[in-house]
Amino acid sequence: MCVAAPMKVIEIDGDIIRAELGGMTKEANLAIVDERPELGDYVIIHAGFALHRIDPEEAKITLQLWKEMGVIDEIPD
Amino acid sequence: MKYLTEYRDGSLASKMAERIKAISTKPARFMEICGTHTVAIFKHGIRDVLPEHIGLISGPGCPVCVTATRDIDKAIKLSRIPDVIVATFGDMVRVPGSESSLQKEKGLGADVRMVYSTMDAIEIARQNPDKKVVFLGIGFETTAPTIAAAVVAAQAQGVNNFSVLSCHKLLPPAMDALLSGGELDVNGFMCPGHVSTIIGTAPYKVVVAQYHTPCVVMGFEPLDILQGIYMLVSQIEAGEARVEIQYRRAVAPEGNPNALKTLDRVFEPCDSPWRGLGMIPKSGLALRESYRAHDAEALFDLDVPDSGEPPGCKCGDILRGVNTPIECKLFRKVCNPENPVGPCMVSSEGTCAAYYRYSQV
Repeated sequence: MCVAAPMKVIEIDGDIIRAELGGMTKEANLAIVDERPELGDYVIIHAGFALHRIDPEEAKITLQLWKEMGVIDEIPD
Repeated sequence: MKYLTEYRDGSLASKMAERIKAISTKPARFMEICGTHTVAIFKHGIRDVLPEHIGLISGPGCPVCVTATRDIDKAIKLSRIPDVIVATFGDMVRVPGSESSLQKEKGLGADVRMVYSTMDAIEIARQNPDKKVVFLGIGFETTAPTIAAAVVAAQAQGVNNFSVLSCHKLLPPAMDALLSGGELDVNGFMCPGHVSTIIGTAPYKVVVAQYHTPCVVMGFEPLDILQGIYMLVSQIEAGEARVEIQYRRAVAPEGNPNALKTLDRVFEPCDSPWRGLGMIPKSGLALRESYRAHDAEALFDLDVPDSGEPPGCKCGDILRGVNTPIECKLFRKVCNPENPVGPCMVSSEGTCAAYYRYSQV
């Protein structure tokens, strides 16, 4: 029950968003999200609520670290 | 997710495993305290790619599994009240109480409904004004703010027939209880990313300061977990202990202040019983006095005897990391996903269910 999935925001209607992952869509409430997402952003959704807007810059920093460790050759676009 | 492919890439995982092997000289045991980690570790065969002297053990990280039998008995008692609808997250329905389960009660005519979100339970309350809808509130710091937000919404919208039986649990006090008990032999914690999405890193700093045990907040993709283990091993090799965040794309050190504010508005810490761990001070959440109208404990007589745990069931020892499911005499023989004796076999995130599905032993 604790699975919180990162999903892509495809619709925003007031405080309710619709988000998509691998063809599955879910509605989520924005009452407790830390940063209001925009269309196309990725958010972590858990039990009908968006909890967090994924930070693409931080994702890139992790990949940069992997590059330095020799785990990946290139950072994807 | 953006860059998702990389976080799941198998060939990158073996490169990361090689990096771990290259730096790891000291034996160490790491405990994961999240059911989602337990499942991911099995599913992606992470144990198999680690050096032999690195052990991974499962701790009390599945909210369904740690719910005390007595709290399930309370929910069963509620379900037997004629005008009550019990709403709950899926897995809870099948967990055995001392003499029944919500599923059995449903079969006998009780109105038990599975919901995906607390907001669905509020909708049920709205559609059934002559009934009382009680939501069985379970989960850790990730889930609790969503339930707090629903309670705030119910009060604001005047949905007066909606209440919560709060069985929420807080992870850091459980880690403290495990370490202070002295029977746990771990050298580091694999901390759940989504709990820290809400609480950040501050509560783990207390654990690190007191027990000198490294904590790394990890994501849930295979590469996240391997990188997190790499970070733990690096600390062990250097003789250091601190809190680090591997899952930076989803976790800020301060967590989610908006969610924490909502949580604090509705709930206050209370002593709470954990299956296998007993009563842990300030490890649960009770509704504050101002939300008494939505607190099932205040609205109903929920006095039930404390019946303990089912005979022979080792879920308690498994949750404390003292035993693995393989050491339980009931495992696979009497206890299986179709006929679970204890909650660790019921929940898809339970350690026993994960061993049952993924281990060949």
